[in-house]
Parts: sequence; C-alpha cells; structure tokens
Amino acid sequence: MPLIKSIGTSIAGHVEKLRDINRRYATPRINMSPAVRISLLTLRIYLFILVGLLAYKFITVLTH
Amino acid sequence: MNFVTRLYYQYRRIWKAIMLYMALSGPGLVVMIADNDAGGITTYAATGAKYGYNLIWFLIILVPVAYYVQEMTVRLGAVTKRGHAEAIFDAFGSFWGWFSLIDLMILDWLTLVTEFIGMTAAMRIFGIPEWLTVLAVCVLMGVIVVNGRYWTWEKIALAFCVLNLIYVPAALMVHPSVTQIVKDGLIPNFPGGFNGEMFFFLMANIGTTIAPWMLFFQQSSVVDKGMTEKDIPWGRADTWLGAWVTIIVAVFIVLLTGTVLIGVEINDAAQASAAIWQKDRFVGAMMAIGLFDAGFLGAICISLASSWAFGEIFGWAHSLNTKIKEAPWFYANYFFTLITAGLVVLIPGAPLVLITLFVQVVAVTLLPAALVFLILLLNDKSTMGEYCNTLSQNVIGGVIVMIIIILSTCYGLSALFPNVFQ
Repeated sequence: MPLIKSIGTSIAGHVEKLRDINRRYATPRINMSPAVRISLLTLRIYLFILVGLLAYKFITVLTH
Repeated sequence: MNFVTRLYYQYRRIWKAIMLYMALSGPGLVVMIADNDAGGITTYAATGAKYGYNLIWFLIILVPVAYYVQEMTVRLGAVTKRGHAEAIFDAFGSFWGWFSLIDLMILDWLTLVTEFIGMTAAMRIFGIPEWLTVLAVCVLMGVIVVNGRYWTWEKIALAFCVLNLIYVPAALMVHPSVTQIVKDGLIPNFPGGFNGEMFFFLMANIGTTIAPWMLFFQQSSVVDKGMTEKDIPWGRADTWLGAWVTIIVAVFIVLLTGTVLIGVEINDAAQASAAIWQKDRFVGAMMAIGLFDAGFLGAICISLASSWAFGEIFGWAHSLNTKIKEAPWFYANYFFTLITAGLVVLIPGAPLVLITLFVQVVAVTLLPAALVFLILLLNDKSTMGEYCNTLSQNVIGGVIVMIIIILSTCYGLSALFPNVFQ
C-alpha cells in the first residue's frame, strides 16, 4: 500500500508540474503581428496535410 | 626597431585573438562536425559512388546554407540566454512548445538509434560484436559527461571532431584525379540530366546538412557555455569554420567513394567501408573508424539536445557544469535515451531500416516548424533588440529556410512514397 501511495503521489506531482508549465506558457509572449499569424497558420495547414499523408500511408500499409 | 616593435605588437594581437577564439570556440564546430553523423556519411558515400565528383559544387553551396541557419541560434542563445525549446514555449505558447518538445524527443531518439546502427556496423568490420560496441559507447559517453564541467566535455567532443578529419588522408591515399575534380566537381552540372534520382540525392544531401536537433543543440550549448552578446562575433566565426570543416569532410568522402567505388550501389556507409576494405584494407579501416566517430559525435550531441530541452521546460538543473547529484533528471534523461537507443540495435530482427526511413519522415514534421520559429524569434525586437535580423538577413535566411523546407519535405515524402519523384 505505501508503494501504491508513493506512486500515486509521484504521478500527481508530475501532473501538477505539467499543469504549471501550461499555466506559465498559456499566453504567447511574441507580438502576434500579421506575419506571425500567417506563418503559424501556414504551419498548422502544413502539419495537417503531413499528418493526413502519414495516416493515409499507415492505412494503405495495413490494408495491403 | 620600430618595425620589430610593430611586428611584435601584431604577433601579440593575433596570438591573443587565437587564444580568445580557442576559449570561445566549440558549439559551432561541434554541432557542424557532428552533423556529419552516421546518416550523413552514408549520404555522402552514396553520392560519390553514384555521381563521382560531379556533385562537389552542390556540397560547397551548402556551406552558407548551414552557416546562416546556425548563426541565428548563436545570436538567439547569446541574447536571450535560453535554449530553443524554452524560447518556443515562451514566445508561441504551450501548444507549439509541447509539439516541438515531444517531436524533438521522438526524432532525437530515432536518430540516436541510427547512430548506434552506424557505430555497430562500423565496428563489425573489425570483428567487434554489437553488444560490446553498445556497452563501450554508453560507458564512454557516461564518462565524458559526468565530470561536471562543460569545458571538459567540449574539449573531448572537439578531439572526436578532429578524428572526423580521417576522411582527408583516406581520400588522398586513393589518389583522386585533381584535373577531374576541377573539371567535373567545381563546375555546376547534373550528370545524366536532372531526373528523379538526381533530385533524390540533392534532397538527401541538403537533408543531412540541417537537422532539427542542431538548432536545439547549438542554442542550448551557447547558453551552457555562458556566451553573451559580446561573444557573438566569435560564435559566428566558430560556426563559419564549422560549416567549412563539415563540408570539407563531406567533399573528401565523395572523393574517396567517387574514386574507389564509382558505379557501385551504396546503401549504407558500413557497406562502403567493407567494399573499400576489399580493395585497400588500410583505407577501408579508416573509413570504418570515421563512420564510428561520426556516429559517436552525433550520439553525444543528440542525447544532450534532448536533455537540455527537457531541463529548460521542466525547470530541472540542466547544465554540464553540474554534478549528477545536482541535476539528476538531466542526467537520467541523457542516459535513458542513450541506453534505450543502444538496446534497440541489439534486439534480434528489430526493424532498423524502417527506423532509418522513419527518421526522415519525423524530421519533416519538426524541421519546418523549428526553422519558422527561428526566423520569427529573430525578428522579435522586444527580445533581440539590436541583434534582431536585418532586412538582408531576413531575405537570405528566409530564402534558405524556404528551400530547406521544400527540399526536406520532398525528401520526407520520397521516404513515405518511394515512387513519388520517379
């Protein structure tokens, strides 16, 4: 039981740490100029397409 | 007398500059030479065997490409005193931060596996079993980092960088034709025309020149070394020299395989070493030693890049200037990635070829993001002040980044869909 309790405490500590990181970096500090917005949007679209291609490849490998 | 005094003054001035450079050099040289990792050696060896000296001009073009990208990390690290992971979290928020950190962790681990593949394959040529190579590498890399001083680590890494120059005498020993080098290598040309295969080789060469871990590594390294704004010119010189050294080594690998193995299909550098071994045991041994060294240097830097990035975000002590007791998580991360990657190579029937291909695919998910973040961060006047990118730096850097993104994406796609550019 003490072992399970200590594992539970350790996991809770790590989850709290992750929450703390998310809180600390919740707001982007960089000035969101049009150039920054466009760059980040393009990056999202690029990654979306890439993940789509990866998923397509994964499915075709599984089905063939 | 006046002349002698002036001469002595000049001598003292140059000597002082050299000493200062020796003290401040390191991150640029190490990261650039480590870029010639096991995967890089395979690419250059295959390029030489396939096209002879004909693509040397393209490799030389890659000097400014590597320099302009890595120089930005020097400025960013020296001004902000933050690693690349922390800079991304801070500037773009936790979504992009986690994306970069997790992607970096996966990519670094996979790349580390490929370094072990290269090192074990190189040592197999000398009859050394895989388990012994993995064990020796893990122990050696442990000894290098646990001394608790960045300076010592860096100087040991630089010694391994010097060993990377083994390809220079190896290439000279096979007597490449100087006339042929000038005629074929220095004049831009595409032997056999610009076809799908040629495009693949160009993509592979540019893909090995800039890897995502390099951005994270050099920026964290600059911070750990304690470089400040006034050290930026030295950091630039270091990076510029490193860019030249890495390409010179690449050119000599091309000269070596372009002379001895022309027309032979090369799938990996160990195969090239074994093939050269058949013709000249001494040169073959040098090629294998170079491959081991390349994998080792890559492994040193890649495992540190991950550990630094995690330390920055989780707030752990994350400096090579700390002892294990002071930074347990930093060293735990370092050894965990190192040992698990080494163990994968020892698993019978592990899908090593698939892992090697997967590295290219994962790289294209991180590299564009890391490069775009780099340019945006370098344009953030509130942080960078007078070290912000100038218009010309933005134009040059922007064009280089666009070319790298397009070509590395094509390279990644060609790994996913092998016939896409045929």
